[in-house]
Amino acid sequence: MVPADFLPILVLIIVAVGMSAIAIALSALLGPHKSTPTKLMPYESGMVPVGDARLRFSIRFFVVAILFILFDVEAIFFYPWAVYFRRLGLFALIQIVVFVGILFVGYFYAWRKGALEWE
Amino acid sequence: MFELILFVVFAVVALAAAIGVVAQRNVLYSALLLVLNFICLAALYVLMNAQFVAVAQIIVYAGAVMVLFLFTVMLLPGKRIEVAGRRLPGQTPLAILLALALGAVLLLLLGGSLVALGRPAHPAITVGNVQALAEVLFTRYIWAFEATGVLLLVAVAGVVHLLRSGPRPGAPR
Amino acid sequence: MSIDWIELIIVVVKALIVAFGLLIGFAYLTWFERRLVGRFQMRIGPNRVGPAGLLQPVADALKMFFKEDFVPGQADKPLFIMAPGIAMSAVLISFAVVPVGPSIRLFGREITLYLADVNVGMLVVIAVLSLGVYGIILGGWASNNKYSLLGGLRGAAQVISYELPYGLSLVGVFMLAGSLSLKDIVEAQARVPFIVLQPLAAIVFFFAAVAEANRSPFDLVEAENELVAGYHTEYSSIKFALYFMAEYISMIVASALMVTLFLGGWQGPFLPGIVWFFIKLVFMLFVFVWIRATWPRIRYDRLMAWSWKLLVPLSVANILVTAGALVLRDMGVF
Repeated sequence: MVPADFLPILVLIIVAVGMSAIAIALSALLGPHKSTPTKLMPYESGMVPVGDARLRFSIRFFVVAILFILFDVEAIFFYPWAVYFRRLGLFALIQIVVFVGILFVGYFYAWRKGALEWE
Repeated sequence: MFELILFVVFAVVALAAAIGVVAQRNVLYSALLLVLNFICLAALYVLMNAQFVAVAQIIVYAGAVMVLFLFTVMLLPGKRIEVAGRRLPGQTPLAILLALALGAVLLLLLGGSLVALGRPAHPAITVGNVQALAEVLFTRYIWAFEATGVLLLVAVAGVVHLLRSGPRPGAPR
Repeated sequence: MSIDWIELIIVVVKALIVAFGLLIGFAYLTWFERRLVGRFQMRIGPNRVGPAGLLQPVADALKMFFKEDFVPGQADKPLFIMAPGIAMSAVLISFAVVPVGPSIRLFGREITLYLADVNVGMLVVIAVLSLGVYGIILGGWASNNKYSLLGGLRGAAQVISYELPYGLSLVGVFMLAGSLSLKDIVEAQARVPFIVLQPLAAIVFFFAAVAEANRSPFDLVEAENELVAGYHTEYSSIKFALYFMAEYISMIVASALMVTLFLGGWQGPFLPGIVWFFIKLVFMLFVFVWIRATWPRIRYDRLMAWSWKLLVPLSVANILVTAGALVLRDMGVF
């Protein structure tokens, strides 16, 4: 079995990556290059930069990322289900109601406990 | 023939990226090489006509799990992004032992599939589409599917617990 | 597979047309937006370079190429250079499966007006767009700048949060079409466009697409009053332009997807399919610009709440309602 219908996507990937690479290379060749120590400093609205730029940030970003993974996995299951739905009929409806029911217990738990808040 | 060339290209890049993941000292580069590895694996799935598995591989692993990895790596203060040369006591012999064990398991599996090569492929492989996957997933493996829901629920509870035991809200940014 | 060389050449030509078409589309979208926003704000907008300012994008592109292209001292050089390329490539690739018309006959050959029609169709778009987040997050981290890092993290959190309603809202469409292929979805809208049958999904998808493209009012990553320019603060020259292009091209992709998924794609009376597609596309782009000119930027905590507390439950409810309605109809209740 040959995935011939994916071949055009591969061609477009090559074209797109090639084009971005050429653009970046061209601008490196064409523009002026006059760097001064001040220009190389990180931009901090004209102030002298304070401390390390790679600062610590809130745990909220992790919570969002983890919750995203969980719901993304859930979403992945919806796609084949949607395509096959018409052939299963009522049985498919019951399946998904149970699945969504289980997930929404978790969803509302997370909501109630404040995991969806952003402060 | 053409298919074989594609397979070799993607397989070689996947292997090189995988070696890079463990050989690279910069954790961030390791994570990115792992993303490259996932993309090549997705391409290999496409070559096997497992199209849905291929996109799921990218959406879930490359697009979600690795983003979490990057967030985690970025939390490390600037200097810590390079792995220090420290090793646990007895790490090298243990690593060799585990690598050999994994290699043995892989060889066994490979041996099994080499025997199966001569047989006609499973019907789903010639269809290879979402409908075929849905058909088995939502009939034969329906309990496994619902159990996945429970597993995800447990994971959500874990996340909430992590949040509540972590620093209080109102911490920096 | 033996290679059909003519077929391969056609594919390469089509891929080049898609890529350059999107670039030209980007250039004239900036002109279109600046002229329109000008009118919205009782100004004229750029009208000096060429007739009606039509050569303005060309002038801008030339300027960008000759600007100094520099890498900040403390930056992670390879990542800093790669990041805008990732952002740009991802949006270009996502157009691969969008059909702009039915097939036409040219030189005695049947030529399809889409690059690829794959079984998993729309999922390819979602997968490729989910990789675009690396452009934002790496650009922000590699710059070694506080504004960039915070902008990049916020951007990444925003993009992944809106990816959920983006995908979930489409499940109803997939159910009605019984397929993930965009060509099948367009053909399923022969009688009624899906915006009539799935209005809620269309609205949720539209907002998620605006947020995915980092467009106003969800352009928090570049909130200039708090984060200067967000993740591309340190970028200049073409590398900055690539981020800029990625934003505008993802606007084009989002509009094309709205047309394909909800507005019946290329279908319409009298005119050829490709013309209909472009009419609808320009209309959607107008809506994008209109929103930008009208709505103020939303606050970050509300932005996150919008996705997690409103759009996600709405799209799941939409799935259940659609499923219930379809079951009732198949049982002959109505």
